[in-house]
Formats: sequence, structure tokens, C-alpha cells
Amino acid sequence: MEKKTRLKRERLKEGLWFSSFKAIACGVVVFLFLFLLILVVKGAGSISWEFLTQVPKEGMTRGGILPAIIGTLWLGIGSVILAFPMGVALGIYLSYYASENLFTRILRLSINNLAGTPSIVFGLFGLAVFVKALGFGVSILSGILTLGLMVLPIIVRSTEEALRAVPKEFIEASFGLGATKFQTIWHVALPTAFGWILTGVILSLSRAAGETAPILFTAASFYMTRIPSSPFSETMALPFHIYALMTEGTNPEIHTKMAFGATLVLLFMVMCLSVLAIIERQRLRKWKKW
Amino acid sequence: MKEEIPTKIHVEGLNFWFGSFQCLKNINLKVPQNRITAIMGPSGCGKSTFLRCLNRMNDFFPGARLTGRILLDGVDIYSEKVDPYELRKRIGMVFQKPNPLPKSIFENVAFGLKIHGIKDNIEARVEKALKDAALWDEVKDKLHKSAFELSGGQQQRLCIARCLALEPEVLLLDEPASALDPISTAKLEELLTELKEHLTIVIVTHNLQQAARVSDFTAFMYLGEIIEFGPTGEVFTKPKDLRTEKYLTGKFG
Repeated sequence: MEKKTRLKRERLKEGLWFSSFKAIACGVVVFLFLFLLILVVKGAGSISWEFLTQVPKEGMTRGGILPAIIGTLWLGIGSVILAFPMGVALGIYLSYYASENLFTRILRLSINNLAGTPSIVFGLFGLAVFVKALGFGVSILSGILTLGLMVLPIIVRSTEEALRAVPKEFIEASFGLGATKFQTIWHVALPTAFGWILTGVILSLSRAAGETAPILFTAASFYMTRIPSSPFSETMALPFHIYALMTEGTNPEIHTKMAFGATLVLLFMVMCLSVLAIIERQRLRKWKKW
Repeated sequence: MKEEIPTKIHVEGLNFWFGSFQCLKNINLKVPQNRITAIMGPSGCGKSTFLRCLNRMNDFFPGARLTGRILLDGVDIYSEKVDPYELRKRIGMVFQKPNPLPKSIFENVAFGLKIHGIKDNIEARVEKALKDAALWDEVKDKLHKSAFELSGGQQQRLCIARCLALEPEVLLLDEPASALDPISTAKLEELLTELKEHLTIVIVTHNLQQAARVSDFTAFMYLGEIIEFGPTGEVFTKPKDLRTEKYLTGKFG
């Protein structure tokens, strides 16, 4: 008899926990939906063909944000191209070559700390080193270097995790046939882990495209009437453009609207990248069933 | 009779440690050429570890330490003159769980050729290896499909074909049938009997019937030592050591 009531109580408890988790999950979805809704409602009005393809005109009260879109692409893609080979190489080193010693521990600690460093710190570092000391000035190049450093730990970590997730059986099979470590990494581990590494790369690309603080002092320009032509020129960039419009806009009514429009464009670009990552992961999951 | 068969692998006073734990104790064994030698014993007795010493697969574990000698055709495989990568080409290994690579059937077999820089007649070599592994007829129409589409037994024969493509002298098998159904197991055993014409086979198993069915010689291992070694018929019918007898009659294991 007593057993039965205990069972009942346990069931009730489980039901309560389950319902509260479910409520939280629903809350998150609702929040995301509202978030998107508000942005679309406020920003959709400014989106037009002109907005996407024109340079800003008349103190940014008219025209579009094309230089900011191009600038964001420059910075995002450039920084990932820079950080990708370095990050993958470091990830390989950490998962296959590094033995557990003081140096490896320091290296790991450095990477973890870099990953947790606030982005404004990267911005100041970039200003001190790339803009001033190396004399690259406020330019796309300085921005790419700064952002590249910022996303490096993301790529290192995702490479390391992806390589760690490669089934041990594959590695043994390769070694068993007489492959060297390098051959095993190159022909077996990397192809197997590639999709996951790529996911990390795409995520870091969207991170780089969306950051404001690292480019604040290193690359960003408030108002440009032309498209950046070389890596040594300053550039507009979407996140900074939004910030600038909201804080320094002289015509709040128009500028707020334009800022929401730019936000929507940025969000759309980042979302496209995330969707790409999801599609890629699904494709790989379907193809490789082990 | 035993004197007439040349020795392929001669193990002399082999001791092996993982860290401070000694897994193998003073192992002496002469593996006869072109015969199947079975190593049986209860789980955790060091069978697999011993097998992995024979093609230096234990090199990859940090903390592994070894003394004694393992001679392949009279040459110590742990001497500096021997390249472990070349060694693993001569001594192939098939693992407990079928482990095809995430590539096509063809690429799985061609993989070993590729990494050893063999570039001529790849297709003919792959075909021959698959035929030798009795798999060709089942896969010839889907060579470029993923190896994971094969059944467990087929995958295991693919793993054997992968080794055979490198024309090894010795094949080591670590409980190759433990994940297979009885029919696949029978096919595999038949295959091994055919293969011993050309190469020397060492098979680890904890399946007594399997050891009795396929092997010419049997070693019984217990707690890191080889307790008994001899022609399979003798070991099974007239075991010299009490522990072997107890194991064979199911008193432990």
C-alpha cells in the first residue's frame, strides 16, 4: 500500500519536472519568434533594392548600405581564410602530436583564455599592434588580422573536437595497414572530420561577420561613399554601421529605421551561414553511417 | 613432424608492461609457417596484447614497454633496422569489430596500396585481393558504394582483403568472428583455411570450438603467460597442464 503512494508521488514529481522543462523550451521558442518578428516589423520597411545596392548618400539619410555589406564580407571571409589553416593545424597538433607536458598545457590554457577574452580587448590589441606598431593603419587588413585572432580558438576547438570524434576503429585500421601518423591524419581522420570542422568554420565566419568591438578601432569607418577597393583602405561594416547609426545618427527618425534595416540584412547573412552549416551536417550524417 | 615446419615468428622471452602493470610474462613461442596458430584463453589474459606486439601496434600506446625479442624470419622486429610501417605491411591485422574505413569498397582495398606508394595495376590488385578474400562475387557490381552497406561478415572479409592487397606474409586476427553470425563465421573460417596456403595465420579467439576447427596449433594463455602450446589435437585431447584442462572443460574462463 505504502509502495503505491510512493510510486504515485514519484510520478507526480516527474510530471512536474517534465512540464517545467517543456515550459522553458516553449519560452525559448516564443522568445526567438518575437525577436525575429520585432526585427522584421521594424526593419522590413527600409529594405529595398536601392538599400542593398547603393552607397549611402546625403549624410546617410538616403541611399543604401552596399559598402557595409561588402565590408562585412571582406572582414568575415578574410579573417576565416587567415584563421582556418592556422586553427586546423593547431587542432591537429593538439589532438595527434602534442604529448601531455607543460608546453601543451600552456598552449591549451592560452587557447581557452583567448576564446574567453572579451572582444573589445581584441580590438585594443589590434589597435596597438596592427594599426600602430605594424603600421597597417585603420584598414581592412588590420580588421582581418584582429578578427582572425578572435576566431582562431573557435576553429582550433572545433577541429580538435571533430578529430576526437573520429572513431578509434578508423585510426587503428589505417595504422594496421602500415600508414604513418601523417597519412592517417591526412587520408582518414581529416576527411572523416571535415564536415564538423567546416561547421566550426562557418560558425566562426558568422561570429566574425557580426562582431563590432574588434573592428571599432582597427577597420571600421563611419561613413563612406564608395566601396572599399583594397585591403589597406578603411571600410564600413554592418555591425559597426548599426552602432554608428544608433549612437551618432543626426536624424534619429530616418537613422533608426535604417539601422533596423541593416540589422535585418546582417541577421539574414548570418542565418544563411547557419543554415549552410546545418545542411552540411545533415548531408554528412546521411552519407556516413557508422 | 614438428621439426619439418619452418618457424615464421619466433618469440623469445617477451615481457610487456602497460605502465607498471605487466600484461605478458616471459612468453616463448614458435609460430610455424603456413599454419594457423590459435591463441585461446579467458578474457583479459593478454591474448590481444600479445597479438598486437607481433606487428608493433602497441607502439601507439604511451606507457607501453617491452623486453625480449620477436624474430620474423630471424630478424628482430623491434630492432632499429626494421621500419614499423613496412612491418605492418608484411604482417597484416584484422580486428575484433569489422572496421572498414568510411570510403567505398574499392577505396578500402586500394587504401593500403596508396599509402605504400604502389601505383601500378591498382584495379587488378584490388580485384585479386577481393577474390582471395572470397568477396569478389558479392561486391563486384557495387565497388564504388560505401563499405558500410555490406553486412558484418562481408565487412570483415573486406578487412581481410584490405590486408591481402598488400601481399602480407603473416595475418593476425583478433577474435575476428566475435561480432559475426554463425554462417558468416563458417565462411570466414573456410577462408582462413584456404589462405594458409600462402601465409602464416595467428588467430586470437575465446571460442574453443573455433580454435579446434580451424587451427593447426594452439596456445593456451592465462594471466599473461603461455601455459601450453602444441598441435591443436594434442592440446585439446591430452592437455599437459591442469589449468588447460580446467579451461577446456569449462571450469573457468
